[in-house]
Amino acid sequence: MQLGRVVGAVVPCVVTPGLEGVPMLLLQPLDRACQPRGTTLVAADPTRMAGPGELVYYEGGREAALLCDPSFVPVDHAVVGIVDAVHVVTDAEMTP
Amino acid sequence: MILGVVAGEITSTVNHPFYDGRKLLVVARIDPSGTPLPDSVIAVDVVGAGVGERVLVNDEGNGARGVLRSPDGPVRSVVVAIVDAVDLTTRD
Repeated sequence: MQLGRVVGAVVPCVVTPGLEGVPMLLLQPLDRACQPRGTTLVAADPTRMAGPGELVYYEGGREAALLCDPSFVPVDHAVVGIVDAVHVVTDAEMTP
Repeated sequence: MILGVVAGEITSTVNHPFYDGRKLLVVARIDPSGTPLPDSVIAVDVVGAGVGERVLVNDEGNGARGVLRSPDGPVRSVVVAIVDAVDLTTRD
């Protein structure tokens, strides 16, 4: 899983069966210091709880579809949850 | 598997039900000599690792679901070992 920031939403008008009503969010991937890293991607939000600007963590690959209900859907990134807090030390602190 | 060092943890209350009560660690990838790399991964902890410890992360779904005994679990990354030592043999 990776950290991401919700920077927008995508509104599809036609979707494959199983994805009706599932929010599609634009995510900016973040590194462990919560700085932007890489290009934005679109992720399904099976929790239906993430809002604009929120810090979330997401999963990619087959496991992204398993987060959805039904799970046999064409999804390659999905939001797992909303982050309350990140406690991460600096590189210097983690290597004595 | 990924050789990494635990950089910290994240807390979350609104999440997929599968992740209720699970401890999530932020693990920074390291090279064999222990230097942190820019890449990191958020993984479920099953061994009780703490910040600064070197760990192994299984980053593959079937193994992760096996470790967590959940055939349909939406999980891929699990911290499965705490590393005592890395013996690096260089070839001439």
